[in-house]
Amino acid sequence: MNALEITNLVKTYASGTKALKSVSLTVPQGDFFALLGPNGAGKTTMIGVTAGLVNKTSGTVKIFGIDNSIEPERSRTMIGLVPQEINFNPFEKPLDTVVNQAGYYGIPRHIAIPRAEQILRDLGLYEKRLGRSMDLSGGMKRRLMIARGIIHEPKLLILDEPTAGVDVELRRSMWNYLKTLTTKGVTILLTTHYLEEAEQLCKHVAIINKGEIVANGTMEEVLQAHDTGPVEEGKYRGGRLEEVFLKLTQEK
Amino acid sequence: MTPREQWTAFYTIIRKDVVRMFRIWPQTFLPSVVTSSLYFLIFGAFLGSRIGEVHGVPYIMFVVPGLVMLAVVTNSYANTSFVMFSSKFFGRSIDEILVSPTPAWVLVAGYVAGGVIRGVLVGLLVLVVSLLFTSLVIHNLLVVLGFLFLTSVVLALAGLVNGVYAKSIDGINIVPTFVLTPLVYLGGVFYSAQTLPGVWGMITKVDPIFYIINGFRYGFLGVSDVPILYSSLLLIALAVVFLGMAVYLIHKGLGLKQ
Repeated sequence: MNALEITNLVKTYASGTKALKSVSLTVPQGDFFALLGPNGAGKTTMIGVTAGLVNKTSGTVKIFGIDNSIEPERSRTMIGLVPQEINFNPFEKPLDTVVNQAGYYGIPRHIAIPRAEQILRDLGLYEKRLGRSMDLSGGMKRRLMIARGIIHEPKLLILDEPTAGVDVELRRSMWNYLKTLTTKGVTILLTTHYLEEAEQLCKHVAIINKGEIVANGTMEEVLQAHDTGPVEEGKYRGGRLEEVFLKLTQEK
Repeated sequence: MTPREQWTAFYTIIRKDVVRMFRIWPQTFLPSVVTSSLYFLIFGAFLGSRIGEVHGVPYIMFVVPGLVMLAVVTNSYANTSFVMFSSKFFGRSIDEILVSPTPAWVLVAGYVAGGVIRGVLVGLLVLVVSLLFTSLVIHNLLVVLGFLFLTSVVLALAGLVNGVYAKSIDGINIVPTFVLTPLVYLGGVFYSAQTLPGVWGMITKVDPIFYIINGFRYGFLGVSDVPILYSSLLLIALAVVFLGMAVYLIHKGLGLKQ
């Protein structure tokens, strides 16, 4: 079964902007999937529709076979979302942020508290759990967002640029943590601008540009199909995925 | 979600709101207590003795139910409108609930319960303050509690609808300032409609807050300018209308989702 199945998804905003133009995408169960694209390509809109934060114009989104228009509540129990923007209440304690999130999924406090403490410990936030969230460093805030996104043990975890603005060491530890989640059967859909990391981590990749999928397949398939350009002598050359990304998304 | 899980989600929304309102108690509880103390002092102790009796009771005793309602109305409304608006515009923390399986009606119930808790607590605080200035008589406790609860439910629902629709901070200030406050002050907090000349009496009687205050006042003093049945039916009708609006808006994501 596929973790995520998007078919002919269209989203036109009230302003008339067509953010998604009949997008179709499949994320296999247990995958570490990279959804890449330049700013404004439609990644966050696609994630928003999947998570139920954006109303679609047409098309279908199925999470583990459940249509999120027909059974929105059931489909949401399976998704964990780590959004791009930090959106927890800065006045709350980190522990409360995570435990409250569990509450919205119907998990009572006596179960949520020890589970939240364990996740905060795993992410290196245990010592900070009773302070104010606003006092956390940028990297800690990102980790708190991950803790909040996984407290209900989702089967599909969607991470929208989770490492934006995070230093190398912390990024590496976050990737390692996320990899341990995939070994437990969690499917991860990731957007990131760190293409070398996506190249290393992800089995499948899709590249979206101007609301359309321009490449989709296993990482190796996409790299082989598109990384054909010559290397100009004396010029900087990025990783293979970076070159493919630029080739497919640059203005012609 | 199972009913038990829905209850957990409902409890979580309330708990979060109650923790917030107690954390910032100088903003949530204190202002109404200070304002009503001044009203009691000025209209009760200073001016009340010159006004004499209204409906056969001392003036200060007459204004107590109205001032309690003033606090309940403004606080219930302000709580839900502000909490909804701020969770939409300051960091989008509303998304925490919107991505979860919490049904729209549970979200509405949780937010409204927060508004009711604040409205009722502030109302009770004002009532306690009134004891410093006058004695308390209760004609019918059931009517007092019923109107206290229903009024805060209606205003919390109305505030929630306002908070969902508001697109800027002005959006949650316009209604309380230019609609709610005039309705409350013209709704008979400080006077009986029977004492008003013709046209003003008519105007007062199309003010829904007038019926709410009179119903509540009946619970204390046993006197009212309108039949209590009218007041009760109006409150129930308003609750049904605003409940329908709130659940519809949140279920559809209007004003919340893009």
